[in-house]
Amino acid sequence: MDRVYLDYAATTPVDPRVLQEMLPYFTENFGNPLSSHYFGQRAEGILEDCRYRIAKLLNTESEAILFTASGSEGDNLAIRGTVIAAKKDYGKDTILISPVEHPAVMNTAKQLRDVYDCKIIELRIDEYGQINLDDLREKINEKTALVSIIFGNNEIGTINPVDEIAKICHEKGALFHTDAVQACAHLPIDIKKSDFDLFSFAAHKFYGPKGVGALIRNRSIQMVAHTTGGKQEHKLRSGTHNIPGIVGLTKALELSINEQESENKKLIHMRDKILSVVPDEIPGSYITGNPTNRLPNHASFVFEGINGNDLVIMLDMAGFACSSGSACKVGDPKPSKVLLALGLKPEMAIGSLRVTLGKENTEAQIDRFIDVLIDSVRKLRKI
Amino acid sequence: MMIDNQKKVVIAMSGGVDSSVAAALLVEQGYSVTGMMLKLWADECGEAENACCPPEAINQARQMANIIGIPFYVLDVKNQFKELIVDSFVNSLIQGITPNPCYYCNKQVRWGVFLDRVIDSGFDYLATGHYARLKQNGSTISLLKGLDPSKDQSYVLSGLTQKQLSHSLFPLGEMKKTNVRELARKYSLPVAEKKDSQDLCFVGEQGYREFLKKYSPQALMEGNIVNSEGVIVGRHSGLSGYTIGQRKGLGAGNNDPIYVIEKNIEKNELVVGPLEKLGNDQFSIVDCNWIRPDFLKNPVQFQVKIRYKAVLVNCSIFDIFEDQAKAIVDHPLRDITPGQIAVFYLGDEVVGSGMINSVSKQGGNE
Repeated sequence: MDRVYLDYAATTPVDPRVLQEMLPYFTENFGNPLSSHYFGQRAEGILEDCRYRIAKLLNTESEAILFTASGSEGDNLAIRGTVIAAKKDYGKDTILISPVEHPAVMNTAKQLRDVYDCKIIELRIDEYGQINLDDLREKINEKTALVSIIFGNNEIGTINPVDEIAKICHEKGALFHTDAVQACAHLPIDIKKSDFDLFSFAAHKFYGPKGVGALIRNRSIQMVAHTTGGKQEHKLRSGTHNIPGIVGLTKALELSINEQESENKKLIHMRDKILSVVPDEIPGSYITGNPTNRLPNHASFVFEGINGNDLVIMLDMAGFACSSGSACKVGDPKPSKVLLALGLKPEMAIGSLRVTLGKENTEAQIDRFIDVLIDSVRKLRKI
Repeated sequence: MMIDNQKKVVIAMSGGVDSSVAAALLVEQGYSVTGMMLKLWADECGEAENACCPPEAINQARQMANIIGIPFYVLDVKNQFKELIVDSFVNSLIQGITPNPCYYCNKQVRWGVFLDRVIDSGFDYLATGHYARLKQNGSTISLLKGLDPSKDQSYVLSGLTQKQLSHSLFPLGEMKKTNVRELARKYSLPVAEKKDSQDLCFVGEQGYREFLKKYSPQALMEGNIVNSEGVIVGRHSGLSGYTIGQRKGLGAGNNDPIYVIEKNIEKNELVVGPLEKLGNDQFSIVDCNWIRPDFLKNPVQFQVKIRYKAVLVNCSIFDIFEDQAKAIVDHPLRDITPGQIAVFYLGDEVVGSGMINSVSKQGGNE
C-alpha cells in the first residue's frame, strides 16, 4: 500500500544529509569529551563547535545551551530546575502556566505542586488556546517563580505571542520559559530579540535524530540539576554527551533554518487547503486552534458524532497516518484535556484529528487525503 | 504481492499464542490480515483493567503483530460492553439467575458491535483463535467441535447465527494445542501463555463480592435457609453466593449432609435438603439460537452440555416454539442452573443453544 505520513508533529524521518554527518561520530570519532587525550579532545572539539553553531543560528551565547535527551527533558530541567532553586533561595513557589501545555510542562508543574509544595496558577485562554496577556499581567506577583507558556501548540497548532509574554514577565520581574518543541521546527527564532529566559526544543521534530534536544537558558538564572553526576552541561545535566545526536541536532537545525522559508510556503499552502476544504465538505466539523495564527504545517479538527481514535484507525487502514491529538497511542478514548480547556464538550472533543505536514508531502497526496477523510467520517457516522 | 481479490480479515488478538498463530496462518494462507484487540470495560476503569485486555496483553499483541508483519489496532468498546454485558449481567443477578457473560460477549460484542465495525470497514471476515471448526454445506454453515477435544471451544460460540458464522474464520479448528506450539516456534513467535482467568473479566481488583456490593447489593442480602417443609434451619449471606448442589458452607448444626436444592428469589430463601431431593432432568430454555434448525424437524437423540466444563449427556428436545424449547436428559443432573447456557450437539456439530430458564424433575415434584 502507498502510505502517506501526515504526523510530522509526532516525529520526522532523519534527513539523509543529517545522518551522513552523524555517522563518523559513532565509529571513528567516538571519544568522550571529558577525556583529556586525543580522542577526548576531538569529541570535545565537535561538541563545542556544535554549541557555537547552534548559538549563532538561534542568536544566543554558546554558554546558554544545555544539551538534553529530549524536548520533555528540556521542559523538566527548565521548570523543576528553576522553580526548586527559586523556592529555596527566594521563597518563590508559584508556577504560571496555560491550561493547554504539553504534558511535559503540565505534569512537571503538578509534581512540583504535589511533592514540593508549590502552587500552580493557570492563565485564561481564548477559544483558540491563546493566553490572555492582561490576565498574565494581573497574575504575576512576587511569589511567581516561573511563567511557562507553550510557543506553538502541539495539539491545536495555535501560536502564542511569546515576545509580548516575555516582555510582560520581565516588566513584572518573572522568569519566562517556553516549550518551543513544535515552534522551533517551523518558526524563525531569535533568542536575544525575543528575550527568552528558557527555551526548550528537540531535534526529531525537524528531521534530526530522536533522543537529543537542548534547553537554552539565560546564564544568570539559578537552577538545580536535573541529573546529578559529572560536570557536563554546567553540572545541570550530567551524563556522557550524545555526540552523534548533538551533531545531528546541529546539522538538522542548520538545514531547517536555511530551508524554512521555501518549506513553509509549501506547507502553508497545503495546510490552508485542508483547513478550508474540510469544514466546507464535512458537516459538523470544526477547526481547533487558531485558524490563521498557527503552525505552518498544522491542521486540527473535531468532528461531531465520531471517535477520533476510530477515525485514525480507519485513515491508517486507507494508508494515511494521522493522529487524534498528540502522538499518544491509547486505547482509551478520553477526551483531550487541551480540547476540554478550549471549552469543547467532551462528546465533541472525543472526535479530534490532527494532521501535520512535512517535507515529503505533495499536493496530490493532500487531495487524496481529503477525499478519504470525507469518506471515512461519513462511514464512521453510519456505524 | 497485492491480489485484487485478496480477502481481508481482521484477527481478534489477545496477545496469547493461539490468536497469534492464527494470525500467522491467515497471512500464510494469503489473506490480507489486520490485528485488532477490544478494549472492554472494567469496574474502576483507569486503575483496574479488564482481565481480557490489560496493558501487558496489548503490548504483547503489538509485539506479535509486529513479528507477523500485520497492522494492529485497539478498538474501544467499553461503553457498549458495559451496556450490553455488564448491565445485563447485573440485571440477571437481581433476578436471581447466574448468567454466562462470555457467551453473550461473543454473541453481542465480538460478533455484534465488533463484527459490524469490521464489515463496515470493508473486511470480509473476523477470525479468532478459538478451537472450533466451520463447514459449508450448500447454503448452510455448520459449527463443529474443535478437533482437539481438550481445547474445544464450540460451546462459547454456540450463540452465533448463520450470518455471523458466514463472516467467521477459526484457523485453529483443525489443530491440536501441540501443533499450535510448534507453529509458534516456526513463526518465531514467543510462546506467551495467556492465563485463562476463571473470574469475570470486568470485576476489577476488589473481587466479586465488592463488585456485587457496588452494583447489585440485593444479591448480597442475607436471608433464611429453609428445608423443603419451609422450616428455617439457618441464615445465608446472599443468594448469589450459592450454587445448586452445593454442600459446603451451609452452616453447622446439621447432622445429615444437606445440599442447596433451590433458590427462592421472591422470599430470598435458600432451600436445602438431602441428596435425594437434588437432581433434575427436565429444563426449559429461552433466547434460543438454532444454528441447524433443520435438525429439530426429525426428533433424534441429541447431546447437551449444561455449562462450559460439563460433560455431554444424552437428551431430547421438545416443545420447540419460536425461540423457546424444552429438553429432557437421560439421567437427573445435580447442577442444571437457570441462567447458564445449554448447548446441544449432534455428533460433533452444534445444533444450537439457549439459556436455561426453569428446571424440574420429570413427573414433577412441585
